[in-house]
Amino acid sequence: MQPDTHAIEGLAVTVLVSVGRHPVTGRSRRADQDARGVELARSLPGADIGLLHAGRLDAGNEAALRGYLGMGFDALTLIEQPENSDALPALAEALKAAPPQLVITGERAEQGEGSGLLPYLLAERLGWPLVSGLAAVEDVSAGVATVLQALPRGQRRRLKVRLPAILTVDAAAPAPRQSAFGPAQRGRLEVNEAPVAADVELAEWQFNPARKRPKRLKIVKAASARDRFKAAAAKAEGGGGQVLTDVTAEQGAEAVYKLLKEEGVLR
Amino acid sequence: MSEILRRDPRKEWIARNRLHPQHLEVLAELGRSAGQGAASEWVGPHGLVRRNPHVVGFMGPNGLKRIDRSGVQQGAGGGRAAKAAAQSKPLVEIESPAFLVTVVPDMAGGRLTGHDRDLLGLARQLADADPAAPGAVLAVIFGDHKEDGFAEAGIDRLLHLDGPEVEGFAPEARLGALVAVENAWTPRHWLIPDSKLGGADLGRRLAARLGERPATGVWQLEASDEADLGWSCTARGAAGSLDIQRPLPRFALALAECAEPVSDTRHAASELTLPQALPARLSRIEDLGQVAVDPAGVALSEAEFILSAGNGVRDWDGFHHAAEVLGATEGASRVAVDDGFMARNRQVGATGTWVTARVYVAVGISGAIQHLQGIQSCDKVVAINMDPGCDMIKRADLAVIGDSAKVLEALVALVEQAREEKRNAA
Ligand SMILES: Cc1cc2nc3c(=O)[nH]c(=O)nc-3n(C[C@H](O)[C@H](O)[C@H](O)COP(=O)(O)OP(=O)(O)OC[C@H]3O[C@@H](n4cnc5c(N)ncnc54)[C@H](O)[C@@H]3O)c2cc1C
Repeated sequence: MQPDTHAIEGLAVTVLVSVGRHPVTGRSRRADQDARGVELARSLPGADIGLLHAGRLDAGNEAALRGYLGMGFDALTLIEQPENSDALPALAEALKAAPPQLVITGERAEQGEGSGLLPYLLAERLGWPLVSGLAAVEDVSAGVATVLQALPRGQRRRLKVRLPAILTVDAAAPAPRQSAFGPAQRGRLEVNEAPVAADVELAEWQFNPARKRPKRLKIVKAASARDRFKAAAAKAEGGGGQVLTDVTAEQGAEAVYKLLKEEGVLR
Repeated sequence: MSEILRRDPRKEWIARNRLHPQHLEVLAELGRSAGQGAASEWVGPHGLVRRNPHVVGFMGPNGLKRIDRSGVQQGAGGGRAAKAAAQSKPLVEIESPAFLVTVVPDMAGGRLTGHDRDLLGLARQLADADPAAPGAVLAVIFGDHKEDGFAEAGIDRLLHLDGPEVEGFAPEARLGALVAVENAWTPRHWLIPDSKLGGADLGRRLAARLGERPATGVWQLEASDEADLGWSCTARGAAGSLDIQRPLPRFALALAECAEPVSDTRHAASELTLPQALPARLSRIEDLGQVAVDPAGVALSEAEFILSAGNGVRDWDGFHHAAEVLGATEGASRVAVDDGFMARNRQVGATGTWVTARVYVAVGISGAIQHLQGIQSCDKVVAINMDPGCDMIKRADLAVIGDSAKVLEALVALVEQAREEKRNAA
């Protein structure tokens, strides 16, 4: 569906971007979900998009952040914060100072705690509604956004949300465009200062590289060896299913229809 | 006859010694005194149970003696009742819990998911850690459900909130209800599945609203003396690349397989009600319902509803039409694929895709083990087949014996008729 171009003229959108981590090499890069968020924002015609990042500025991070600039932006606002500080107050202040209509973020960061709480805490602070796991924004008009939420199993749900709102992006959203090298180098990083809030709790936790989780064993609790053997050797069985023999096709279809209805898979 | 049991150790010894010349006589005698043929089991002189396998069993078809050890045949009285009692799980009731552990299951499709059960297992660990002051597990569920195994899943108290305002995607109304739970009972722990089915969203909203910092992606729990709540946890961070060791906070969003589900006790699952009615609130998010997605575009491994064809399907146009009308993703058995009727990426089974559908309809599939392996994690299996003896029928929750083409045709007619009626009514 093509979004209504007239209605969203001058729609102010802020995309919160973070520094990602490549899952294999561990090098910093633009975060996948955040890049999808930028792509989603770019798909809204007439949107006035600002990029916002709170964090430390060093060589590795700068290269990653310039990855977003290479998606067709002149500037990115950076609120400088030391490592392991709480980005929430700084971001909330920045958004309060110049409130956009839409804030788009990824679901969770690829570095640090990565709890995915930031959008929720921001929504709570700003008092805005939040919709999580978006696949697309279909339309923005008259202060209401119509969005598609990605559900498990490839399903979609259509929602309407009152603006201003915070949207988080699912991995089902359109893949981000490539970052162009030239614009990425030419773009500006506008560095702002903000009060720093240290994350005290986080400093006390232990961080280790993820251990492989133990595979769950199939434990058979049976009274006798015969039961254990049967459980180990059994074919998957439903156990006491209903069998309709000698029925007409119509009666059979009726029973199947009833089950499908009960399970709610028919629409 | 006297009630006192008199034992003759000599005869018992002869009964055990099958080479003794009087063995058979004595057996018959002992059996008669027990009043039901020869005794197959008795208590020996040292209090050990003695068995005589020669008197149990039956003659098999080719003249060999067969013993069925399933317990069906075995000795009269006692045995079977005792077995039934052992199988029914003991009921655990917690009258006055020292604290509450609240779980908010996802209830996808109206049933407890595997993830929900794991979480309930974790909740039981927390609740039962101190036998002197046991806690109770409270489950909060929203909307209609089809689950009848709450007691076996380890739930002591059940709060069922129903009504149009919490149906569908209603995070704000559900959040309001959970805040009311917090105000009413102030549970010591909150456990919420960290899943895309809604738990991850709702749990983060709740923690943000109540201003508590939750642990997310929790997958392991250990008792710890240093932590406030007496537990520390291991959680996944940084998109799954870090393990974070931290004290367990009040709110935890846990991953699947964080604990073993409850398996050997039953619990009360008694209904609770909120002391106050929920305040009506204006929602800023409106649910317009699920969108019809093209089922052919959904990956087979994550499709929710699969219509699968096997060698028993002759009318392929009818099958494709049925899948389209039902809105089902198409699957196939290997034979259907090998014969060129279906694409290779549609094959279900050991050498194809392992599917996770909630409803799997197998049309004309015999249920070879390689195929059944692929549908192990399906919830409901429906079989349409000519052969009432095939393995698919044994696996199926509902089996219709009949010609696949005719049944599908009738099913399509039913669905179209129901849709027509709905359209006319609207
Ligand atoms: C190494 C190996 C790997 C394999 N991997 C797989 C795999 O991944 N997936 C897989 O599916 N198979 C696999 N197979 C093949 C598997 O063993 C079976 O051969 C296959 O699954 C049988 O397919 P079917 O049930 O469609 O056919 P059949 O066994 O021929 O069954 C057809 C069924 O349709 C019924 N029928 C016939 N006519 C009608 C009618 N008009 N209406 C209704 N019912 C009718 C019949 O009663 C019968 O039950 C594998 C085999 C091997 C050796």
